[in-house]
Amino acid sequence: MADTHAKTVEPGWFTRIAHPGMFMGWSRHVIVPLIVITTLAFAVGLFYAFYGSPADYQMGDTVRMMYVHVPSAWLSQFCYAIMFCSAIGTLVWRHPMADVSQKAAAPLGAAFTALALFTGSMWGRPTWGTFWEWDGRMTSTLVLLFIYLGLIALWRAFDDQLKAARIVAVITLVGAINIPVIKFSVDWWQTLHQPASVFRLDGPTVDSSILIPLLVMTLAFSLLFLTLHLVRMRTEITRRRIRSLEIAQARAAGDAA
Amino acid sequence: MIALGQHWEFVAASYGGTLAVVGVLIVWTVLSARQAKARVAVLEAARQTRRAQ
Repeated sequence: MADTHAKTVEPGWFTRIAHPGMFMGWSRHVIVPLIVITTLAFAVGLFYAFYGSPADYQMGDTVRMMYVHVPSAWLSQFCYAIMFCSAIGTLVWRHPMADVSQKAAAPLGAAFTALALFTGSMWGRPTWGTFWEWDGRMTSTLVLLFIYLGLIALWRAFDDQLKAARIVAVITLVGAINIPVIKFSVDWWQTLHQPASVFRLDGPTVDSSILIPLLVMTLAFSLLFLTLHLVRMRTEITRRRIRSLEIAQARAAGDAA
Repeated sequence: MIALGQHWEFVAASYGGTLAVVGVLIVWTVLSARQAKARVAVLEAARQTRRAQ
């Protein structure tokens, strides 16, 4: 005989993670531990960056700029990868949290890309003799910054955020072509920028005394990004709640009049 | 350990710029979160009042 009793279906793990209401519930408990871990990672990373690592035998103390430049450059592309995945979530599943993730990430990506360009130019002047050169790596990173700024402007151009999300998602997918260009620019063209020395198939070519602070600082920056992204996602959900409450308030005022 | 050798001004500018950008991101994120939280609290309270009437 068929079971006619209504069963309470427990939400799956993906629903628990991705439903806006449930996201607000679990993410509240994650933020403080993330802040603590991020702070510890920065403390260890900065100790290594200034005291626990030697000066480079050729570049001297200028090598210490790498401990902020490489993590910024990594985040400029990691953030875009997150936006790319979110854009697929928006277009394929029309998931509201994917929109929220995209919108929250864009300003962070722009900031870390600008920081990568700035610290790169600070590195370039003493090592290459110039702040800027229109070569493949630097120009494609500048294009990435313009893509981020364009996406932020696009979000602000629409009142209807659901419509904006789909248009932004399409542009994000198109703009993703720039990421492999940035990655392989040092192999495809003659550039001042050195080729990959950490993320290589045959392993890093950097000495461990420099690799350790580099990896710890990259971890610290990545944790900072995750913390900020999580808080900004929560704020974006709250803003959407504000918008619906304001509409309800305006409706109630209209009915009363 | 770091010594204030040649090109120290570029190292200082890199870390100073990073501190400024990260600082602005943190302050901006915290302030906008607080503003949104305060605004939603006001609107929720107004909705409760409307429902009670």
